[in-house]
Amino acid sequence: MAILSEEQEMLRDMARDWATNESPVTAFRKIRDSGESFDRAAWKTMAEMGWTGVVIPESYGGSDFGWLSMGLVVEELGKTLTASPLVASTVAASAIILGGSKEQKAKWLPGIASGAVIATLAVDEGPRHDGTALSASVSGGKLSGTKAFVAEAEAADLFVVAAGDGLYLVEKGDGVSVAPRKLVDRRGFGEVTFDDVAADKLAGGGDTLLDDVLDRARILASAEMLGMAQQVFDVTLAYLKQRVQFNQVLASFQALQHRMADLFADLAMMRSALEGGLQALDSGFGIARAACVAKAEANRVLHKISNEGIQLHGGIGMTDEYDVGFYLKRARVLEAQWGNGTFLKDRFAALAGY
Amino acid sequence: MATLAEPRADSDEAFREEVRAFLAEHFPPELKGKANALASVEGPTDESPAQKAWREAMGSRGWGTPTWPKEYGGGGLSKKQARILEEEMARVGAFNPIGGMGVMMFGPTLLEYGNEAQKREHIPPICRGEIRWCQGYSEPNAGSDLANLQTMAEDKGDHYLVNGQKTWTSGGQWADKCFAIVRTDRSDKHHGISFMLIDMDAPGVEVRPITMISGTSPFCETFFTDVKVPKENLVGEEGQGWTIGKRLLQHERTNISGGGSLARLMGQSLGDIAKQHLALDADGRLADKVLRDRIADFEMRWNAFLLTARRAMEESKAAGGVSEISSVLKKLGTKLSQERSELLIEIKGLQGLGWEGDGFDGPELEAVRGWLFGKATTIYGGSTEIQNNIIAKRVLGMLDHQ
Repeated sequence: MAILSEEQEMLRDMARDWATNESPVTAFRKIRDSGESFDRAAWKTMAEMGWTGVVIPESYGGSDFGWLSMGLVVEELGKTLTASPLVASTVAASAIILGGSKEQKAKWLPGIASGAVIATLAVDEGPRHDGTALSASVSGGKLSGTKAFVAEAEAADLFVVAAGDGLYLVEKGDGVSVAPRKLVDRRGFGEVTFDDVAADKLAGGGDTLLDDVLDRARILASAEMLGMAQQVFDVTLAYLKQRVQFNQVLASFQALQHRMADLFADLAMMRSALEGGLQALDSGFGIARAACVAKAEANRVLHKISNEGIQLHGGIGMTDEYDVGFYLKRARVLEAQWGNGTFLKDRFAALAGY
Repeated sequence: MATLAEPRADSDEAFREEVRAFLAEHFPPELKGKANALASVEGPTDESPAQKAWREAMGSRGWGTPTWPKEYGGGGLSKKQARILEEEMARVGAFNPIGGMGVMMFGPTLLEYGNEAQKREHIPPICRGEIRWCQGYSEPNAGSDLANLQTMAEDKGDHYLVNGQKTWTSGGQWADKCFAIVRTDRSDKHHGISFMLIDMDAPGVEVRPITMISGTSPFCETFFTDVKVPKENLVGEEGQGWTIGKRLLQHERTNISGGGSLARLMGQSLGDIAKQHLALDADGRLADKVLRDRIADFEMRWNAFLLTARRAMEESKAAGGVSEISSVLKKLGTKLSQERSELLIEIKGLQGLGWEGDGFDGPELEAVRGWLFGKATTIYGGSTEIQNNIIAKRVLGMLDHQ
């Protein structure tokens, strides 16, 4: 764990307490069974605790507490699979912070910071993250195009849409239609079609605005993934210490001990990579590469731990009654979002000039 | 803390000035950037007059062992001052000429467990870089199961009579003395072990270098036949050797995972090396997409490992103790270094497998020997499998399988 300030420790402890007591996995189970994508009451509470404004400047209603602080909250929520638009809204807010005019910031950031406005990023037009060759286009201030697998699409009030020539703000309303896409993680994804709707360009932020926003999305996704990986590891370790076969607990078998030692080492790398990413965002230095490393490690390690979690639990891990399967399903969605391993390796090599 | 530390700022600056003046007077410019990090494994080369002068200048101040107590020949510096010394040396391309097993492993252990007479006898020559120490631990039947060692030290009144064989004695052929763990009691596996200091030129000590797959002989077999070891060379109590010996291994592990091997690898990225050797496409990327993918995969994991090493250092500083992550670092760092060597060979093809002679330059041949020697890193200092046992049992609290 990085060395935290007193305020950061308090924030993390608050998030941990809340997630453990008020938003355990049983809460996600209820949401899933209800068919909703998140709990509005819980979202309101999260906003009241200030989590929706952690990276937003104080002048626009946030606490400007920084990305490392944001990562701490997201990691804790990841541990209990808390479903909420927090990550989507924060990433969308970062686009406005980086590329928005004074007017755009004043119009949207206070609402996002208070939780009243849910915002999300709409970039990809197919099932695999690409970020280039976008066909969505704008003419005469009106945007048309279709975005695939947009997170929190149904709940979103505001879309940050990537068109061929930059990022645009589009409000939900006439001309914006959402077709739900229920993925294995049962969150609120949807295909969003924009039909000649008013679009307000984020004109600041320079040529790399989309990449800069995607880097933030990658790093924050990695924070959620770290919480998930840590939880699967802890739960699996506890299970191995308790399950008896051949008259001894599974934890006494060396074949299993060494696999857990491997995962423990992987988890250490994943945590370091994420913290490197969050710290890069706070310092503003080396962000693009750090984001690749953070997400690539998150993908690699969570993939492995989510599979091992099932295998080490044995048959019981295959049941819906046990939580470990939820993590496997959410893991694959996050691995694919904003860049899988192949994409990230290509991007890292390109950034490094080979 | 802050208020206590403030008055020190002046004296820190004064110390920095003192170091600068010392370096200006004593560091021979021709040695700039010529640290020989591998000297302890590759054996001594003849000291040039400049090297000798530099070693003596640092040794007489105790600055080769900057934080060791002054009364035994150390520098007696605070951690802060030691850092200033390091910074200033780095600034002018100077290096610490005093090292080896005496400094890295044996000295710290003797300072903790040795008696007054032993410290006065053995620590000052280590601080001056005059005495080479080697490690008498492993035996043919005591590798990972180190406590199975059979070399016997029989009590003969005023001395012990030592018989047996040690192996993998690093630098045994060049060492003056050996710190060894030997058996003083056959009835108790762990409590029958004692920690002793043996003169390598004592009658009955025979050393045979072992040629390794890398072609070098950094390790030896060491045979002890009726070797007399005076009683005053017992460190701690009889039967305390396992405790003392394990303590020393903690110092060893930290050195293998962190130290020089890491720093050496920080140089050029594999991607840059590959660009010099392989075909590029129209966009300047490596044309071999599969290899490019594997290099990027490695570089990102290597990056995450370096971040982990940095995090461990910061955390252990904050916690004021050795991080429990040392086994993780040893396991990860050694494996990744091996992987890097293998990728380097893939990049260079047969040019990366030269053994000797024409057609290969110095760095190429060194890389080959490094690749081969690197296979030892996941075996010595507690093999990867032993590190896994340590992580599972001590860190994760999984039960002993035995």
